[in-house]
Amino acid sequence: MQNADYFDEMWGREDSLRGPYKKFQSWFENEDPARLRSKQREAKEVFRLTGITFNVYGRSEAEERLIPFDIVPRIISGHEWQRLSRGIEQRVQAINAFLHDIYHRQEILRAGRVPAEMIAQNEAFLPQMLGVSPPSGIYTHIVGIDLVRTGDDEFYVLEDNARTPSGVSYMLENRETMLGMFPELFAKTRVRSVSNYPMQLQQSLAACAPEMATDPPTVAVLTPGSYNSAYYEHSFLANQMGVELVEGHDLRVVDGRVAMRTTQGYQPIDVLYRRVDDDFLDPLNFNPQSTLGVPGILDVYRAGRITIANAPGTGIADDKAIYSYMPDIVEFYTGEKAILKNVPTWRCSEADSLTYVLDNLADLVVKEVHGSGGYGMLIGPTASKREISDFRKKLQAKPANYIAQPTLALSTVPIFTKAGLAPRHVDLRPFVLVSPDGVRITPGGLTRVAMKKGSLVVNSSQGGGTKDTWVLED
Amino acid sequence: MLGKTANGLFWMYRYLERAENNARLIETGQRIALTRSAATDDEWMPVMQTAGMQQGYSTKHGDVTKDSAVDWMLRDAENPSSVRSTIEAARQNARMVRTALTAEVWSAMNGCYIDVKQALNRKVNERDLPAVLGLIRQRTALVRGATHGTMLRNDVYDFARIGTFLERADNTARILDTKYYVLLPSSMAVGSRLDNVQWETILRSVSAEGGYRMVYGQKIRPREISRFLILDRRMPRSLNFCCSKIRDNLGYLASDYGSKPASHGLADDLCRRFMSHGVDAIFDYGLHEYIQDVVGALYELGTQIEIDYRFFE
Repeated sequence: MQNADYFDEMWGREDSLRGPYKKFQSWFENEDPARLRSKQREAKEVFRLTGITFNVYGRSEAEERLIPFDIVPRIISGHEWQRLSRGIEQRVQAINAFLHDIYHRQEILRAGRVPAEMIAQNEAFLPQMLGVSPPSGIYTHIVGIDLVRTGDDEFYVLEDNARTPSGVSYMLENRETMLGMFPELFAKTRVRSVSNYPMQLQQSLAACAPEMATDPPTVAVLTPGSYNSAYYEHSFLANQMGVELVEGHDLRVVDGRVAMRTTQGYQPIDVLYRRVDDDFLDPLNFNPQSTLGVPGILDVYRAGRITIANAPGTGIADDKAIYSYMPDIVEFYTGEKAILKNVPTWRCSEADSLTYVLDNLADLVVKEVHGSGGYGMLIGPTASKREISDFRKKLQAKPANYIAQPTLALSTVPIFTKAGLAPRHVDLRPFVLVSPDGVRITPGGLTRVAMKKGSLVVNSSQGGGTKDTWVLED
Repeated sequence: MLGKTANGLFWMYRYLERAENNARLIETGQRIALTRSAATDDEWMPVMQTAGMQQGYSTKHGDVTKDSAVDWMLRDAENPSSVRSTIEAARQNARMVRTALTAEVWSAMNGCYIDVKQALNRKVNERDLPAVLGLIRQRTALVRGATHGTMLRNDVYDFARIGTFLERADNTARILDTKYYVLLPSSMAVGSRLDNVQWETILRSVSAEGGYRMVYGQKIRPREISRFLILDRRMPRSLNFCCSKIRDNLGYLASDYGSKPASHGLADDLCRRFMSHGVDAIFDYGLHEYIQDVVGALYELGTQIEIDYRFFE
């Protein structure tokens, strides 16, 4: 059943069962497929009833959609996880140091390790943040690093989501669902818990409160509203943390503080976990058309009277054009080689690279520098000639808008299909919290899986599904 | 609590109550149609009137037929008060205040929405109508039960209850208002067959026929109906009962928040109204005028609550 072109996390390359999956396999082979199929349907019902949905933009019909959930867990050994964690921690620390530097002395530009124009001309760079020091000095409090695996010991970072990573609610709900459906499986396998993430998030945010904050600090989650694609997650996190879920129109600046309109008047907020993009955060300082933000919040922020997580301007660190400099960035700030590998990247803004990319379009993945969610990208090996020639025109018209990478042989993990287990490609987004108390990485994360055979696109907006992700206690 | 959340809770429960009341009205209309030998489709007009849906109906359909009246009240998306629209609105509000609800309440509400939406996906034929109405009643009752059984008795619960009882009082008042003429002494002379049907309709519209019998026995009299639906303190849909619940919940808010804004005075006035006079005084004053006063006072109270608790900017 294996395709040796890919590393399968259950069966390796040689069709021999890998260690982390041994207990699962012994359970699975004794299960009645009919029972599992009914469990799969049951899971769907749980998700529907709980309302674990996402909204797809531009589709009025399917206003709220379910993300397909697969019942086969993705299993990582404790040992593998330890190595990954070290790499993630190193990377997250470098990102925060980089952000501080970029908005202060810009040593890395002076040292010539990152070209100055990459910053100055970057849409994600916010000049309003120059010289501003966020409370407790942290820029990106909540990070989701996208990883892919290509072999036993080979992990690559695909993207550093340092602005507003989403998906953590799926990590938690997937686990709850699995616990509810297969308690006996958890009884025989020791899986590290993810359930205290909301508590850690709350503590981590509170620890970043400005000095003048009340004790305990007032934390709130800012959502663009119930029509946003990730609204479920916003309300889920607010609920789990026991804090208010606010929208822009609930907030205003009162006596130099950002305050929310409660039934008893305006009450100041110390820490705002915002799930609204930079551009919409403050109509006075950024996009004047925005109705999602709070007029004047940036001025309060600059005065050190509120913590915004993640800080405005963090996008400069997860920009796809900056990505290619990450190995240098890690080395520059930590003095160590990057533990996690970067995918080789051609910057189409450079003439030589552009020539190479144009000559090899059929073998490459080409992405928009500022794109996300799998929109506006070309996957050469699976694209039609027509798609490639259309994309070529777009690329030639605006080369600086694109980067290109080789198509990676993403690892596979089995999913449960009518015909039994079948391998599908996956990625992994672990969730990281940063506070003055340190870096916390929840053991596990969100595994996204391409439900279609052979497909490399795992994005939920493109039909991808999710799996529960297990890190074992070794 | 956010002002927006208070607003969302208030309306979630108002819409839920409205959905249930409208389902009950359809049930009543259906019953009249089935038990009256000379029933015509025209009977549906006053039913829609009670629910405040007649104008939209006339604009869209013109003539009244039973099928289109039921469809309009039950599932027309253009009718903001149809059962389907109100359940959708209740669920949309629940989604916005989800952080304030317990998991049980949310999944009862979401499950109600999913099941009712599916049941109302296509036209409901007469044979299936009782089952569909039963489903609506059952699913809304489940939300109410989860609310009762799992929610903290704090401001969240208070706003939910205030929304429920304002809607319910409004509904009872509206039923009395559209039917007041059949309760007037002039039509009381004999208690013709026609009158009996009308009186029974009123009681059924507020699920009060059983309660009425327990209190007043078999004989239905318009004066007793009025007393029961306006002044009775045990009848959970009477104006007196609903208003005293609103006042109670405002009272809990006052002790929670340590302040008594203007709406509290309005609620006190409203309740005092029901304490200070008997049903004879209401008839002397004029039943119609009296009900109109109450409807106006309820509206004023609702608006003042929105202001006092900062539902909006």
